[in-house]
Amino acid sequence: MNKVRKFVWFPTPYHSILLWLVWQILHDFSRGHMVLGAMFAIVIPWIVAPLSEKEAVAKKTIKAVIYTFRLLIDIVASNYDVAKRVLQSNRSLKPAFIAVPLDIKEPVPLAIFTSSVSLTPGTVSVELSEDRKWLYVHVLHLEDEQQLINLIKDRYEAPLKEIFGC
Amino acid sequence: MTVFLEVVVSFLLVFGAFVMLIGSIGLAKLPDYFTRLHAPTKASTLGVACILLASMIFFSVQLGHVNLKEALISMFLLITAPVAAHMLGKAGLHYKVKMADSTQNQHLAKKAYLQQHPDDK
Amino acid sequence: MLSYAILIACALICCALALNAWRLIIGPTTPDRIIAVDTMYINSIALIILLGLHQGSAIYYESALLIALLGFVSTSAFCKYLLRGDIIE
Repeated sequence: MNKVRKFVWFPTPYHSILLWLVWQILHDFSRGHMVLGAMFAIVIPWIVAPLSEKEAVAKKTIKAVIYTFRLLIDIVASNYDVAKRVLQSNRSLKPAFIAVPLDIKEPVPLAIFTSSVSLTPGTVSVELSEDRKWLYVHVLHLEDEQQLINLIKDRYEAPLKEIFGC
Repeated sequence: MTVFLEVVVSFLLVFGAFVMLIGSIGLAKLPDYFTRLHAPTKASTLGVACILLASMIFFSVQLGHVNLKEALISMFLLITAPVAAHMLGKAGLHYKVKMADSTQNQHLAKKAYLQQHPDDK
Repeated sequence: MLSYAILIACALICCALALNAWRLIIGPTTPDRIIAVDTMYINSIALIILLGLHQGSAIYYESALLIALLGFVSTSAFCKYLLRGDIIE
């Protein structure tokens, strides 16, 4: 059954703004490109929006910004950590797999959570279990398993749950 | 270009290149596949971001207006690096690459493999 | 000073590329080689940006962006091929 969709001027407003901004950055904010970019930002979502399903949206903007900055700081910290481990001898490494229990189920927050885990000190997410209850993570140097799982859950999963309200 | 900005750009360039070199050293020397996965995904993101930041400052000064183009590349790499790492990890599990004997909790890797191949006991 | 910094950075990244090539050649398994290629494209982005800085022209930015886009697509295509034995299903 093909349902006739109601026409919406801005089906995905955030994507429109992002598209316009990227077009401006690529063309140095000249006036002609502002108009052309606006045209693209309006027309492309009309074509693309029916293809995608409805997804979770960030509800708390300020918390999302804070989360992003904390992630950037963690990336620097993780680089320091990995550099230290790389320059040590291989014998002192204690690699391990751990399984992190998941509370979030929606695809978008889950993708952000998995990416955050990959970018943070000494952990790379390797595989998601079929029922979406466990995330298998490889750790470069494991000291205390339970402590690490708690750290990941408190530091990344709890704020994401709050941001997306799920 | 003032001396201060020149120092900043030079420092960012050398630091970024150094971080990338550490990532590649990790790729060359770490013992097994999954540990090798760590070094490039993390180190190369920060290294490229530093070099692109230096290039952004340099061309903003040279062209006389704000130049944000390089920020797009670093954002793109920041988004795609973990995705690529996740896919590489999946491929490694599927391929049953050899792990270092010191790896703890190897049964979890086996569990994840069996989930990819339910009939391969 | 800036020209020296560019030269030093170029030398460091060339060392990194050589190490990646080494891993690409010896890499015991296919996934290892894919990681080597993945790291190589990121290093070559840095090298191209350095070339642009050395010549003082902002043209090289476009090629760096293209390498970033295509490199990610090729890495995921390689992985998909290993996982499924096919790229497009």
